[in-house]
Amino acid sequence: MGRTLEEIESSALEAIEGALDLAEVEVISTRYLGRKGELTTFLRNISKLDDQERPLAGKAANQLKVKLEASIRQAADLFSHGDNSPAAIDVTLPGRPQVRGSIHPVTRITREISDVFLRLGFDIVEGPEVETDYYNFEALNIPKYHPARDMQDTFYVSDSILLRTHTSPNQPRVMEKTEPPVRMIAPGKVYRCDSDLTHTPMFHQVEGLMVDKNISFGDLKGVLTALIHQIFDGETSLRFRPSFFPFTEPSAEVDIRCVMCRGKGCRICSRTGWLEVLGAGMVHPAVFENVGYDTDIYTGFAFGMGIERIAMLKYGIDDLRKFFENDMRFLRQF
Amino acid sequence: MKVSLSWLKEYAAIESTPREMVAKLTMAGLEVESVEEQFEYLDRVVTARVEEVVKHPGADHLKCCRVNVGDAVLKIVCGAPNVREGMVVPCAMVGAVLPGDFKIKKGKLRGEVSEGMLCSASELRLNSDGTGIMELDSSLEPGIPLVEALSLSDVVFEIDLTPNRPDCLSVIGVAREAAAFQTPPVRLNVPEAIIPVDGGKKQSDISIDSLARVDILDPELCPRYCAALLTNVTVGPSPYWLQRRLESVGLTSINNIVDVTNYVMVETGQPLHAFDFDRLAQGRIEVRAAGRDTDFITLDGKEHSLEPDMLMICDGDAPVALAGVMGGENSEILPTTTRVLLESAYFNPVSIRKTSKRTGIATDASHRFERGVDPFATKDVLDRAVALMEAVSGGVSARGTIDVNPRKAPRVNIDLNVERLNQRLGTDLGDEQIRRLLESVEFRVDQQEQGFMSVEVPTFRVDVTRPEDLSEEVARLWGYDNIKTSLPVVSSAEITLSPRLAFRDNIRDSMVGFGFSEAINYSFTAAESVDRLKLGQDDARRSVERLLNPISEDLAVMRSTLLPGLFENMRRNNAQQVDRLSLFEVGNTFISKGHGIQPLEAEWLAAVLTGPRNISSWHAKSVSVDFFDIKGVVEGLLSHLGISGVFFARATLDDHPYLKAGNGARIEASGRPLGVVGEIDEAVLKNFGLRQAAFVFELDLTSLLDLAPDRIVSKPLPKFPAISRDITLIVDGDILSADIVAEAATFVQKDPLVEEVFLFDVYEGAPLARGKRSISLRVVYRSWSKTLKEKKIKGLHDSISKHLVATFKADLP
Repeated sequence: MGRTLEEIESSALEAIEGALDLAEVEVISTRYLGRKGELTTFLRNISKLDDQERPLAGKAANQLKVKLEASIRQAADLFSHGDNSPAAIDVTLPGRPQVRGSIHPVTRITREISDVFLRLGFDIVEGPEVETDYYNFEALNIPKYHPARDMQDTFYVSDSILLRTHTSPNQPRVMEKTEPPVRMIAPGKVYRCDSDLTHTPMFHQVEGLMVDKNISFGDLKGVLTALIHQIFDGETSLRFRPSFFPFTEPSAEVDIRCVMCRGKGCRICSRTGWLEVLGAGMVHPAVFENVGYDTDIYTGFAFGMGIERIAMLKYGIDDLRKFFENDMRFLRQF
Repeated sequence: MKVSLSWLKEYAAIESTPREMVAKLTMAGLEVESVEEQFEYLDRVVTARVEEVVKHPGADHLKCCRVNVGDAVLKIVCGAPNVREGMVVPCAMVGAVLPGDFKIKKGKLRGEVSEGMLCSASELRLNSDGTGIMELDSSLEPGIPLVEALSLSDVVFEIDLTPNRPDCLSVIGVAREAAAFQTPPVRLNVPEAIIPVDGGKKQSDISIDSLARVDILDPELCPRYCAALLTNVTVGPSPYWLQRRLESVGLTSINNIVDVTNYVMVETGQPLHAFDFDRLAQGRIEVRAAGRDTDFITLDGKEHSLEPDMLMICDGDAPVALAGVMGGENSEILPTTTRVLLESAYFNPVSIRKTSKRTGIATDASHRFERGVDPFATKDVLDRAVALMEAVSGGVSARGTIDVNPRKAPRVNIDLNVERLNQRLGTDLGDEQIRRLLESVEFRVDQQEQGFMSVEVPTFRVDVTRPEDLSEEVARLWGYDNIKTSLPVVSSAEITLSPRLAFRDNIRDSMVGFGFSEAINYSFTAAESVDRLKLGQDDARRSVERLLNPISEDLAVMRSTLLPGLFENMRRNNAQQVDRLSLFEVGNTFISKGHGIQPLEAEWLAAVLTGPRNISSWHAKSVSVDFFDIKGVVEGLLSHLGISGVFFARATLDDHPYLKAGNGARIEASGRPLGVVGEIDEAVLKNFGLRQAAFVFELDLTSLLDLAPDRIVSKPLPKFPAISRDITLIVDGDILSADIVAEAATFVQKDPLVEEVFLFDVYEGAPLARGKRSISLRVVYRSWSKTLKEKKIKGLHDSISKHLVATFKADLP
């Protein structure tokens, strides 16, 4: 027989301790634990011992094997991950850059709003951007030569064809084709002949319409409150102000507590603490009459909201024009 | 609409502070846009005591004063005759800005230092007295802000009125609203309105009917016309209070006659017009359509061409006013005018608006008429104006007034069902509450039975005609904020969303996955865009929809392709030193279908890729993108959408003149055109101000949607390994690789063991002959029932190889 277990242990541990690199650790491993290694040989020879010695020696040898394996693994790990290993890389170097695309903020907000209304059981519809005077105005109780036409500067392509000034034409379009109940939103591009710091000739709106028996102004308040809470947070309070749209009665403009200053008053809210974000109201009976709905049975509410406005508030965007300049440095923030 | 608090207070005992007024008016539906302190310009004017007055050494009419302004004694040069020691006067300090943008500066007057200005009342716009320094109560301490010393305070509210509230285009109308929201509500006191005039009515014995005559020839357009006549008037400047009132609401004082018409209009909302009666032929007024009269000069000196249906006020011969819009030069009040015919009328709102739009004249009068004035107030307002005019012009009115009223306006009564009103609002208001709210703004409520009332609408509320309108009145007076928030109780419904919505979002997300950012461009572009793209004369995209009133020439037509917008984005980004661009846009294009009908709107996906392929980094040198980068995106996208049978064919210049010759492809799937992909022609780049190579694709979203399978069918995975064998063919360089791959792929159909064929290498150059290239294909063989052996496929592989060699006259390496 060769060396005792104790001798094997001390020499092996000493060797492992003194190893300078991974290769040396591997040599040590082979020397003791390899197929012809010293400990392997010792184990193989245990069968030759007598009945009394065999169990004890076997147990001790196996324990040593486990111990050496662990020490060798530890040493190997040290070298393979260690700072001074020749295999080490500079992990602080940047990785291979991947080009990341981005969704336009207007699309992001449109999706958010759509998701809220899908959860409330609303349909999503779309209509033409180049509209007839009828759907954009007449059907919405805005006859020709009505002063309310001044509220929206209209792009015309002919006497009777125009770029829709709001997403509201979707109201009569949907109601003409559908019997109540109606629950829908209609996001899309709208156009107004107006261009300055705070107006672009094209922007995005989302229209909402709900018609059923017993729909009330209180319901309108409830649904819009839910929308604002979902988009901003549950702390954002709303204010409904009387206003005028020819296609709703009563009509309201909806302000939210300034999300920037929380109502204390800042530049964004012109120190009023409130931000106007929505126009809304109960559908005017004349609109129902135009689409053949029975005004004795049905009531409904409608609203329209500017999407850029919400995006500006939500993302802190300070300039409306950024939405359409498509500067990569802007777009990639989203 | 501008209105001052002091003017409002003449009609109602308003206790609200300006701050409360802003909040209350806004919450009543009269949105206050701005509040202007009336005496802000007196900011740096203080009381001052004159301590010493000596003659100016260099000027006879000037005096040098030492003036105590509380914390200092200033040297001020003064020219006023009444300045004397011991008097207390207003002093504008250095830095003050007086009316007329008069800035007070420290300076020298004829060599003497002057550190401020002693002011007259007219200089401070407090009254018209400009004869000398304003003398204040001598007990006032020096150094007190003048505003405090005189208790001056007034604010002007600018109200952004919605078109439905013409009744509030008047001080009385706004006062009525303000009276309603006082706690407790106060009464509007129009009869007791302070009329700052002396003396009563000085009517003459001569009857108006003996001098003037009014005929309405078009009663539809002019249902009512009242006229009064004043004689012996002296045209001149208005009294100071009248000038100031007009100025406070943004109007300019003209003369006493015109000023009265404006004052009463602002006060009551009823526009008035004053004619020089002696310039009216035959003393007659005829209200009729323009007819054969073709042109007219308004009192601002501008000439307008008339249309036959425009409503005109005419005298015995010719038009003298554009009815309800503006008077004529031929009958306006002159300094020499002595007899005035005063008009108060009700005109058809649509007619007025048409005339205003067509002549391009919008006046305070037309603004009110087109929204609707009170048809019952016509004569009362006239009387009010006559009284005021007599007082300020010394005139005497002829006896009686003319009141021609061929179409009597109806009074509006509305049956109100309280339950339905509450249902509409989501409220639980009682009959009594509703009655009180409506009566606070002068509706007359006649309770019929429990829950039902008949409501008479006041004649000035032309916007209220149906029960729903009353619901708004009740709601706004009750307070929108007091209406409880609820969520609608509705039945569940099966909702099938348009597949386009999810499809479009899928495309967007997929493009983002390929590293593209979403752009949104204006739907308009320059008319020249189609030329810049070199589109052929027959190209449908030349049929653009043109705007009649574009913002600018660059935004004059609706886009017929998404490319110009993306090119502009590229130009802008490049100018900002952003060279690497990967942008896509999903949006509509518009092709005209002819005049007077809606254009064809088609949804497209377009993308532009330019600059280095990789974001520059230490790993690899930056290489510019090329055709195969953008084509890879198209292939990846179509594959993601599950569209099969995709084929790229070389685009012809005729089809797509904006693609660089030989570097563009038409994209088809199952024989249907989907769009194009390619590099942009250099001349086109130049036309759009671009300097670096750009690669684009355009895909018709509707075709993609039609071709995309509406469901995914999962295929089983193979259980046995495949064997791959390659074939390299040396072919003429003009043979398209896709043709070779397609030919080889026919074996996929022919033999079940052939699973797939694809191109994996292309080589040109030595040692190959010029004009030749090698194309290497990999054929994948697999059996679904066993592991294939080499020899099993050898014969098959050789036959494919032979077939391709023969078909393409190829050589083997």
